[in-house]
Amino acid sequence: MGMPPTPYTPDPRRSQAWIPFNTRSEQPIVTGTSVLALTYKDGIMLAGDNLASYGSLACSAPRLSVTIPSYTIFGASGNMSDFQYLQHDLDNLIIQEEVTAQDGHQLGPKQIHKYLSQVFYARRSKMDSLWKSVLGGGFKDGKRFLLFVDLLSVTYTVLTLATCYGVYIAQPLLRKAFEGSEVRKIKEDWLHVLFYRDPRSTNQYQITTISAAGPTISPSLKLETEWSFAESIRGYGPQTQ
Amino acid sequence: MTSIGTGYDLSASTYSPDGRIFQVEYANKAVENSGTAIGLRVKDGIVLAVEKLVHSKLLVPGANRRIQTIDRHIGLATSGLLADGRHLANLARHEASNFREQYRAPPTVKNLAERIGQYVQVYTLYSSVRPFGISTIIGSVDKDGPGLFVIEPSGVFYGYHGAAVGKGRQLAKNELEKLKLPELTTREAVFEAARIIYLVHDDAKEKEFELEMSWIGDETNGRHVPVPKDLLDEAEQKAKEALENFE
Repeated sequence: MGMPPTPYTPDPRRSQAWIPFNTRSEQPIVTGTSVLALTYKDGIMLAGDNLASYGSLACSAPRLSVTIPSYTIFGASGNMSDFQYLQHDLDNLIIQEEVTAQDGHQLGPKQIHKYLSQVFYARRSKMDSLWKSVLGGGFKDGKRFLLFVDLLSVTYTVLTLATCYGVYIAQPLLRKAFEGSEVRKIKEDWLHVLFYRDPRSTNQYQITTISAAGPTISPSLKLETEWSFAESIRGYGPQTQ
Repeated sequence: MTSIGTGYDLSASTYSPDGRIFQVEYANKAVENSGTAIGLRVKDGIVLAVEKLVHSKLLVPGANRRIQTIDRHIGLATSGLLADGRHLANLARHEASNFREQYRAPPTVKNLAERIGQYVQVYTLYSSVRPFGISTIIGSVDKDGPGLFVIEPSGVFYGYHGAAVGKGRQLAKNELEKLKLPELTTREAVFEAARIIYLVHDDAKEKEFELEMSWIGDETNGRHVPVPKDLLDEAEQKAKEALENFE
């Protein structure tokens, strides 16, 4: 004889027509697609297009960022508002830990990685995940470091990384070309490959790098594309034949 | 001081019959006994400089800084009670951080001077607290360009082209007035600031002092940072030479 089983009661929040606002961030709304990351001889390079998609409605927004003055570069795919929140959060962290502490210590990419993983885990534990994957990297004490964190707070570090569609399309190419000499060219090729196939991507992109010499972040660049082959495609779109 | 013994100076919440608050005036005395701090607002930036009197040879060089960073682009120098300065710097940091949280934009130095002024003024109203024994120079380059403000123990704050507080403020102000501040570059202002601090230092009374200097300008990407070691050394060298020629 024990306690009788508790009868099932549906979560009252779910049964209401009105969705309470503490659940509104439980799915991504405005999203960004693939980001690619690569370790190369001198440091880390990140690339991503400048597209934020509200469903199929497109809007331009940067998806790469750098912490100042300690220089960890990062980019994200997934919910764009969460990305902007994270930019703000890291900005505050750095003002507190580096700028006003005035003790000469700087957070390296490893510390940022750990911090992000803790933030993501805390949010996931509240059932209110930051719905995104973050790629980032940095250069400290002569060592390059590439980081990954996602909404489940899965963290790892490897030599090449990609998110979203890029995982399937670009990651194999990334691995093949790893440590090639013309990294920038390689990056652009992958962005091409992705742009041709991912309908939620755009031909405007940015590239950011970090090395011993410091960070660089490119202006918005444009991919040159060639669409004449589309004429020969049959079975999709408006052609009638 | 005729006010002493009259009983009107025992509390910050008591006026004297002629409308003064002696506790606030005493707070000003605490500032007047402290090493000089100056601020220069020039064409493209701000320079802060402090004559930090070293009261013991046993202190580690560079200890007890009197210039603090409040936000990336904001610096604060105090003259008066060191601990009061630290407290106010922490307050200013919180204000700056709150501003960023609310408006998602960096605070302007005017916003901050206003908030600090309000805070300091509250300490002139009650018998249970003492007014701040510091004058604060706060400087920044923000969306409105370079800005420099001084907050006094009474809570008043004014914007300045050049500011001086502490022991040598009178002489320093004279020197600042001779400069064409809006035409100087930040780099030139570093040399002028060092020269003024060396000039106002009275080595008959206090022997040891450290020159503490920070700047904000195009050369620092709009960030508040200490003046680099080599530039500081050069400025100090020039200041010493200028002093010899002056005498």
